[in-house]
Amino acid sequence: MISKKLTVVSNKKLADGIYEMRLSGADYVVPGSFLEVTVPGFYLNRPFGVGNYEDGEITIYYKVVGNGTDKMTEVSVGTKLNVIYGLGNGFNMERAIRPLLVSGGIGIAPIYYLAKAFAKKGVRPIVVTGFRNASEVVLSNELKEIADLVVCTDDGSMGFNGNPVSAVKALDKEWDYYYACGPMVMMKYLKMYSDKGELSLEARMGCGFGACMGCSIITKSGYKRVCKEGPVFDADEVEL
Amino acid sequence: MSTVNNVLDTQIELFGVKLDNPIIPASGTYGFGYEFSEYYDINCLGSISLKGTTKEARYGNPLPRIAECPNGLINAIGLQNPGVDKVIEVELKKLDEVYKKPVIANVGGHSFEEYTTTVAKFNDVDKVFAVELNISCPNVQGGGMAFGTNPDTVEELVREIKKVSTKPIIVKLSPNVTDIKLLAKAAERGGADGLSLINTLVGMRIDLKTARPIISVKRGGYSGPGVFPVAVNMVYAVKEVTDLPIIGMGGISSAEDVIEMMYAGATAVMVGSYNLVNPYGCKEIIDDLPVVMEKLGINKLSDITGRSHNV
Ligand SMILES: Cc1cc2nc3c(=O)[nH]c(=O)nc-3n(C[C@H](O)[C@H](O)[C@H](O)COP(=O)(O)OP(=O)(O)OC[C@H]3O[C@@H](n4cnc5c(N)ncnc54)[C@H](O)[C@@H]3O)c2cc1C
Ligand SMILES: Cc1cc2nc3c(=O)[nH]c(=O)nc-3n(C[C@H](O)[C@H](O)[C@H](O)COP(=O)(O)O)c2cc1C
Ligand code: FES
Repeated sequence: MISKKLTVVSNKKLADGIYEMRLSGADYVVPGSFLEVTVPGFYLNRPFGVGNYEDGEITIYYKVVGNGTDKMTEVSVGTKLNVIYGLGNGFNMERAIRPLLVSGGIGIAPIYYLAKAFAKKGVRPIVVTGFRNASEVVLSNELKEIADLVVCTDDGSMGFNGNPVSAVKALDKEWDYYYACGPMVMMKYLKMYSDKGELSLEARMGCGFGACMGCSIITKSGYKRVCKEGPVFDADEVEL
Repeated sequence: MSTVNNVLDTQIELFGVKLDNPIIPASGTYGFGYEFSEYYDINCLGSISLKGTTKEARYGNPLPRIAECPNGLINAIGLQNPGVDKVIEVELKKLDEVYKKPVIANVGGHSFEEYTTTVAKFNDVDKVFAVELNISCPNVQGGGMAFGTNPDTVEELVREIKKVSTKPIIVKLSPNVTDIKLLAKAAERGGADGLSLINTLVGMRIDLKTARPIISVKRGGYSGPGVFPVAVNMVYAVKEVTDLPIIGMGGISSAEDVIEMMYAGATAVMVGSYNLVNPYGCKEIIDDLPVVMEKLGINKLSDITGRSHNV
């Protein structure tokens, strides 16, 4: 964990309600880890998955869902934000030979960084990304270059017509282990289909670094904090 | 900086134990302490108040347990802890490896018996120099009202605990009462050695989209900078009616806040929510304390307790 002021080097809209913010001055962080941003005017820090790390720069992808994320869209380039990063455990990349990466909505953020990390190792993953409709689809061009990509939309306005779990079931390519991040329903159905994988979970957090017990869940091996022992859990460990 | 440190005296004394400074992380916001040693050397702290401990292990409340508020948060953790035996055998041992000073145990319960059994277990634990009673828990036999809202119950509970405990007892007062002075006096009659205040203020947030309370069990405790003026007032009020040492808390987020709380009557302070938004919070306050003391012309911190009552 590192707590530091990072400089906003870009903050732009990618699709309906979805933004990309790049923060410079950071140290390396592993795929699947997350960070907490202090949003000016708000007491609790906001957690976001790391969407990419490159040359001292962390990228986050965020969806506007409330007052804090709305305020974030107004943060101008050059602003120094207080960021606590390197939080949580991260994905275990060793477990897959032919990885399948699955995301729903803004859950694409950590999945994108994981795909980049596999590509760096010379592995071309299968990536299934789901969105409500075509206007929310992001990062397809970037992912196409490094992965076998299936884009799905709930309303069929782009790509596969249906949710990511249906798309996974319909895949004609083989995979041996999955990594997923998305809404609870998506992860629940994915886990029902197969528990050979890892799920990145969300919880409302007080601190984000293990101090408050605000994010504890019950797992097969006892109580775990989403922010400290997670956010990535073995699919067969958790009850959704 | 270092010369400032040499001249200015930040030491205070609680129950005959000398603390290097009055800064104590508040119960529930610092776990069992040792995890913070990944971030800085926690031996800079005056002491630590451990996570609320009960007789048996508790998972606590379902999620969500946290809701944001202007200048603070609401929490309803529900006293998640591994139970007193594991706290003593596992958590305190881990803490002892990285923190060499004595600490304060914090005990919760839902019946007299739960409190007395749990508190007595700390009798033989040298690392613990005092036990703080969280009396904001619901009294199951007493109809579910918090122990801390009824003066007679508080007096009786403290008296029963004093019979079985060999450690100084700090009673942690709830602000959710009509007159906190009555509860302070009740704790004193029961034999309390010290008081800590304030615990969280009962609060609720409602989700605008669903119209449902955000917290799973609907309400929780509000803490953070928003409660600071309430806490200063209550410490001041309690100081007027008792000579027991007071540990002041509620929203403290800076060295200036520490001094204000001590002026109101606190001998030491606890820092809670600030740890959650700034993992280095306590350390930064401790580093800043001599600087602020010098600015205000304070040479000896223990001199300022209750100063605002004499000016
Ligand atoms: C480990 C983790 C990783 C995340 N990664 C991303 C990401 O990469 N991109 C992204 O867009 N979002 C992500 N989220 C969700 C994001 O944290 C929330 O959308 C955001 O905090 C909402 O803030 P707000 O002020 O706009 O909403 P408000 O509803 O106004 O926030 C009020 C409070 O509730 C909390 N809160 C609200 N919704 C959530 C939620 N879904 N999860 C956790 N806390 C919430 C806020 O942090 C804040 O404390 C992640 C959450 C977690 C726990
Ligand atoms: C997440 C959280 C957990 C808490 N858990 C406990 C607890 O277990 N026992 C207790 O006596 N007080 C508990 N408290 C109350 C604090 O110790 C403190 O009294 C209160 O938060 C006011 O101080 P603050 O405004 O600095 O946070 C908790 C507070 C928070 C925010
Ligand atoms: S959010 Fe505080 S312990 Fe996880």
